[in-house]
Amino acid sequence: MSSTDFKQDSGRSASRPPTTGDIIADRVFRGGAYAAGALVVLLLIYILWEIGFRAMPAIERYGFGFLTSAVWDPGQEKFGVLAEIWGTLYSSVLALVIAAFFGVGVAIFLTQDFLDARLAQVFRTVIEMLAAIPSVVYGLWGIYVVIPALRPVAGFLNETFGWFPMFSSSFSGPSMAPAVIVLAIMVLPTVAAISQDAFSLIPYKTKEAAFGMGTTRWEAITKVMIPTATSGIFASLVLGFGRALGETMALAMLIGNSNQISWSLFSPANTLASLLASQFPEASGIETQALMYAAIVLLVISLAVNVVGTLIMAMSSKQKVG
Amino acid sequence: MRLNIVSAAFAAAITAVAFPALAQSDTRLTGSGASFPFPIYSAWFKDFSSKSDGITVDYQSKGSGAGIQDYLNKVVDFAASDSAMKDEDIAKAEGNVVLLPMTAGEIVLIYNLPGVTEVKLPRDVYPEIFLGNITNWNDPKIAEANPGVTLPDMPITVVVRSDSSGTTFNFTGHLSAIDAAFKDGPGFGNSVQWPSTDKLVKAPKNDGVTATVVQTPGAIGYTEYGYAKLTGTPMADLENKAGKFIKAGGEGGSNALASAQFDDQMRAFITDPDGENAYPIATFTWMVFPKSVADPVKADAMKKLVEYGLTDGQAMAESLGYIEMPEAVIEKVRTAAEKIGAGS
Repeated sequence: MSSTDFKQDSGRSASRPPTTGDIIADRVFRGGAYAAGALVVLLLIYILWEIGFRAMPAIERYGFGFLTSAVWDPGQEKFGVLAEIWGTLYSSVLALVIAAFFGVGVAIFLTQDFLDARLAQVFRTVIEMLAAIPSVVYGLWGIYVVIPALRPVAGFLNETFGWFPMFSSSFSGPSMAPAVIVLAIMVLPTVAAISQDAFSLIPYKTKEAAFGMGTTRWEAITKVMIPTATSGIFASLVLGFGRALGETMALAMLIGNSNQISWSLFSPANTLASLLASQFPEASGIETQALMYAAIVLLVISLAVNVVGTLIMAMSSKQKVG
Repeated sequence: MRLNIVSAAFAAAITAVAFPALAQSDTRLTGSGASFPFPIYSAWFKDFSSKSDGITVDYQSKGSGAGIQDYLNKVVDFAASDSAMKDEDIAKAEGNVVLLPMTAGEIVLIYNLPGVTEVKLPRDVYPEIFLGNITNWNDPKIAEANPGVTLPDMPITVVVRSDSSGTTFNFTGHLSAIDAAFKDGPGFGNSVQWPSTDKLVKAPKNDGVTATVVQTPGAIGYTEYGYAKLTGTPMADLENKAGKFIKAGGEGGSNALASAQFDDQMRAFITDPDGENAYPIATFTWMVFPKSVADPVKADAMKKLVEYGLTDGQAMAESLGYIEMPEAVIEKVRTAAEKIGAGS
């Protein structure tokens, strides 16, 4: 970045060599910025190293088999996280699908002049407030409200559409379905807020141009606005997915924490984060190391999601409309 | 001038903080460990600290295993554990331990059956439920034990602990003692490999299990008696070794404790108590103190704490959902407590 293009008030001379103070201030700021940037990277490396170091005995002992077995038995010292990996991905993907539908819908509703601007602001604040509710409150709400409300619906779906894998087991309470619903609500503010930004960043003239071409409002939204905002919407989904992967407390309370792999929404399942939360406090010895290994698996999954997301975004933004 | 005011204020503040501390010669006991007795321990320690001059007790509830680790690392003055202490851990502490049972609790089976307020479960039935072999409340084996009770046609949802816990240790210990298939299957431990079925869910902590059972028609789960009592959740009567169905709470627990046979380290696991009127699943919980204590004042404080627990402390047990220990056990603990600070 060149420091030469000063643009100052016309009264004083624009061309003056930088003083020593300017140079020092510039260097200090630059150094500080580099340090802050490096610190973030170093912190991530340090966390990985620290967890990896502690997980090493378990990695050596269980190796790749840790990822392909679904047993967690501290008594027999047998550990595997296949069921947790499945549960983490399955619950996050389903929650994201729901959150994407409603989140993007809300973003369109609030940015495309459906509402008076002041009213839209109220809605926006309410949705952002969802993000401020503590996880444990969501968990309790899930236990006392969502599960009882789901009971009759789930019973009907299981009896009528039991042949469909997603409804193939009878509902008993804590299971995938309530966990996904609560998770979707927790992810919604992230998706909605960032998609809104994506829509409001589109220059007004783009919309004017679309209307000028004779599109209806609906056509303008689906054919012009949404494609233009794609990369922003996608970014919101990547962030939302990251949040869903790591969500702990509400899921530990709702998902049933059972080490099994099932397509059924009404079967209990488990996730990596809730496994960590529930087993850590009383773990010792090899179980602690196995939990560290599980933490690495979770970290790698989150990292992979972010990297893949960034790559796809980079590709899609090339064709972005100006 | 301004500086003077500030320093005067400082001096006053320091005096105010320091003097009370000097006045009550400060003996501070720190402990950590089991979460199951935490409600009663915190009541004891608060009461004890206020009654005894100059002794304060801090207790951190972080799990039996963690408490023993802290004790071995000499981070705390005493530890508390639901599963006493393993021989190997005693060896690690070079025998510098005095294990004392301080209170006891029952583990109860709570259930949620709309319209049913009393269920008796025979000892060949409840292990089978937790093994996933009996799956419906109208199973003939349950019906046979409950004449006159209309049991609904409803699948049984089994609720167990998702976290590692002394409660699970004692419950699975009992099931393993009375059912060979359970011993060979899940076995016993702080957390075990439960059968994988859709009808088995795991919930965190005692309150999580209780809440899940309360919310799930057809559910059954195990929890500490105190939690079931507090929430008014119905508890099943269990058949004991003598073949009698015993209600949870009250006399049954004390009767179970009476049959305890302590080893030389004051350990006793009552996996299947004898006795006509004994409730089948009861367990002691221990405190671990050192034999050699550098500071005699501290050793004295520990002994006072134990004595308090054995006298005033026992009186509180019933109301907090724990079992008052039988007089014979208290006497044994009192004798064993002499070893605290006596050197090894």
